[in-house]
Amino acid sequence: MAKKMEEYKWQDLNAGCVIDEPGNSLQYKTGEWRILRPLTDYSKCTKCGLCWLFCPDNAMRPKEDGFFASHPDYCKGCGICAQECKFEAIKMVEDKK
Amino acid sequence: MKRKGIEVSKAIAEAAKLARVEVVSAYPITPQTHIVEHLAELVANGELEAVYLNVESEHSALSACVGAAATGARTFTSTSAQGLELMHEILFITSSLRLPVVMVLVNRALSAPLSIWCDHSDVMAARDCGWIMLFCENGQEAVDSLIMAYRIAEDKRVLLPVIVNVDGFTLSHVIEPIEFPEQDEVDRFLPPYEALFKLDPERPVTFGAYGMPEIYTEAKYAQEMALVSSKKVIKEVMEEFGKRFGREYKVVETYNMENSKVAFVSCGSINENIKTAIDLLKKDGLDVGLISLRLFRPFPSEEFLESLKNVKRLIVVERSMPQGATNTPIFNEICALIFTRKLDLTVENYIAGLGGRDVLPQEFLELVVNPPEKDHGREYKVLGVRG
Amino acid sequence: MKILKTLEKYMEDPSLELVASGHRACQGCAEVLALRMAFKVLGKNTIVAMATGCMEIISTPLPITCWRLPWIHVAFENTAAVASGIESAIRILMAKGKIDKKWINVVGVAGDGGTSDIGLQALSGALERGHRLIYICLDNEAYMNTGVQRSSSTPYGASTTTSPPGKKSIGQSTWKKDMPKIAVAHNIPYVATACPSYPFDLFNKLKKAKEKDGPSYIHILSVCPTGWRIPSEMAIEYGRLAVRCGMFPLYEVEDGVYKMTFKPDTLIPVEEYIKGQGRFRHLTEKEIKEIQQRVNSEWEKLNKLCEITKP
Ligand SMILES: Cc1ncc(C[n+]2csc(CCOP(=O)(O)OP(=O)(O)O)c2C)c(N)n1
Ligand code: SF4
Ligand code: SF4
Ligand code: SF4
Ligand SMILES: [Mg+2]
Repeated sequence: MAKKMEEYKWQDLNAGCVIDEPGNSLQYKTGEWRILRPLTDYSKCTKCGLCWLFCPDNAMRPKEDGFFASHPDYCKGCGICAQECKFEAIKMVEDKK
Repeated sequence: MKRKGIEVSKAIAEAAKLARVEVVSAYPITPQTHIVEHLAELVANGELEAVYLNVESEHSALSACVGAAATGARTFTSTSAQGLELMHEILFITSSLRLPVVMVLVNRALSAPLSIWCDHSDVMAARDCGWIMLFCENGQEAVDSLIMAYRIAEDKRVLLPVIVNVDGFTLSHVIEPIEFPEQDEVDRFLPPYEALFKLDPERPVTFGAYGMPEIYTEAKYAQEMALVSSKKVIKEVMEEFGKRFGREYKVVETYNMENSKVAFVSCGSINENIKTAIDLLKKDGLDVGLISLRLFRPFPSEEFLESLKNVKRLIVVERSMPQGATNTPIFNEICALIFTRKLDLTVENYIAGLGGRDVLPQEFLELVVNPPEKDHGREYKVLGVRG
Repeated sequence: MKILKTLEKYMEDPSLELVASGHRACQGCAEVLALRMAFKVLGKNTIVAMATGCMEIISTPLPITCWRLPWIHVAFENTAAVASGIESAIRILMAKGKIDKKWINVVGVAGDGGTSDIGLQALSGALERGHRLIYICLDNEAYMNTGVQRSSSTPYGASTTTSPPGKKSIGQSTWKKDMPKIAVAHNIPYVATACPSYPFDLFNKLKKAKEKDGPSYIHILSVCPTGWRIPSEMAIEYGRLAVRCGMFPLYEVEDGVYKMTFKPDTLIPVEEYIKGQGRFRHLTEKEIKEIQQRVNSEWEKLNKLCEITKP
């Protein structure tokens, strides 16, 4: 895990400021931006996966049971999944963090 | 070791071949053309196993070198004046990304007026771009410097790009007897390039992230520390080169400094005429020395100070206009050193050889015995300017 | 997961996410969605050179990166040149046996500004030289990263911060530059337009591009809720409307042969696309009509090109 920016000494940086931890952005939780969150009515869900496919943040993720749920750490609450679900299975609701 | 009479530009291309460059990316501009033409020929004939990239501009020439170097290839580019200016933006990025690109800069005056002839206004406009910068006085030095440049640039303690400055026409287009080392000797001196980080799907890394105010200062300081500490490696490499190939180089070269109270400071091919002037003066019983900066970036402060010995008067001759600054770049740097180290020296600043104007040994000689007045309230004197 | 099975037709591993979560794109950004989709197809054996712009900024604030691919950003206007260098290096290093011989996709990515304006020269050079690389233009129709200034790819009439409508201005006063046709003029093996609102079409095109032994150019309409002034959830829908009204036709040009890859039976009126977008709000009926006429004639021209280039 990368340290916070303000904790870096100049000696800590790789030559050329190369970052050698691929995908370490996972430690940055964009879920904090959210006002609304998607809520799925699984009785309406057909497991088609379009909500997963259209999520710009890869925050709508498959569960073991084949349904999908938004990841609280990364879902920004954009509402695309709810808008694009053909079965109106997703509603955007207030997020009580 | 083979010795042959050859145009310096061609010799430089042959040196790049000896260094086994892998990607050549350049855009033609006088007086650099003969270098890249000869390289294109070497690649076309299969004598050099490399990609010759016919890019559509110098900006792209250097950008492609950056991409290739980041992928782990040994890269070469070459340009002059306007071409260097077009690369300007990427010069800084190359050094910040710590990529060991090597460039031969065939020095030429900047437009306007357009001039294809030599001076150092091109390199001086880019002097703080974070590259290591070497100057050469003759063709042999150009060949040797190019080979050393790769060894310096690719050293894991350095990882910085290098500019080898070669004066346009006066150096690039003359035929000189040059000693070429054997390929296997060069191979022993210069092992294949092993990148510390590279663009490789097996081990993905990110090059060129942006810096917020919280981290930008540390990033720049780390880069500066690398450049400053590269001097140690440069000296090591020069020493090893001397041992292996019999031609020894120093970051600061001196000529007739032993008993001199007066000394010139300069760099590049103009030094040959300065040396002639010094020889003439010596015949008249006057000892005058020359301090020649082979290394300009990082500035070899300690070595410069050591070279001063008994000097009381310095005559700094440079080939670029300060354009609104108090003095020329090297002069300013030297004066800062003299002031902070509290040395007792007088320093004079002369500008000569702009846009290919010849400066004869006699004129340098005059500077010593008959220093001209400064004019127009300036802190320097432009030699031979009419009016 | 059913959808993964369907996607296997286009890509090796549909579950692969090469653009990690935690990036800082605005809510509902379809530009980053375009990247997520594109790299699913291109897969792990890919090297990316990216221009300055939104996608660079949202993905790599030092010491953080959302990239799981080898990735480099150098400057704004030189992405195609950087990619050329990467491709050249790979070629020579493979020839010299310094790296293993395998298929590596070299991908250049830039915005519409980085492509159709400041990066056009470098792109032209790279396409002309015939490198085996895929160039992706993410077209959100303005310089979004610097605050929604117009580019030559901004549509006629759109309001941007440097093409504001006013007493003497309609907003953007020029018609959108036809970048894909400029790419076609280089006689490269593959040119295509795409939009994440049509994911399977996009997947198909990237798959084709990946298999070409030469340059390909993919121009992706990337809806930007922030710059277009639309609600974030509407990003996919607006992409669809752009395609269905004919403003952004989906087509490909394979070895010079034009082909529509999605052809609506009838085009919806452009008004349906334009009316909900804040950037077009000031347009009058007359101006919208003018746009409609232009779209009709461009649509016809494109259809003709499909006809005459049919083998
Ligand atoms: C040489 C140079 N000029 C200007 C800029 C400022 N700049 C950075 S990104 C950008 C606009 C990017 O627009 P586009 O390519 O469309 O990408 P977007 O941000 O819209 O995705 C501009 C003007 C720069 N970085 N470099
Ligand atoms: S889009 Fe709707 S139906 Fe499809 S998986 Fe998501 S919630 Fe279920
Ligand atoms: S609201 Fe947006 S970010 Fe959250 S899961 Fe749905 S599509 Fe993804
Ligand atoms: S400004 Fe537009 S393109 Fe840029 S990150 Fe935000 S939504 Fe995406
Ligand atoms: Mg844009």
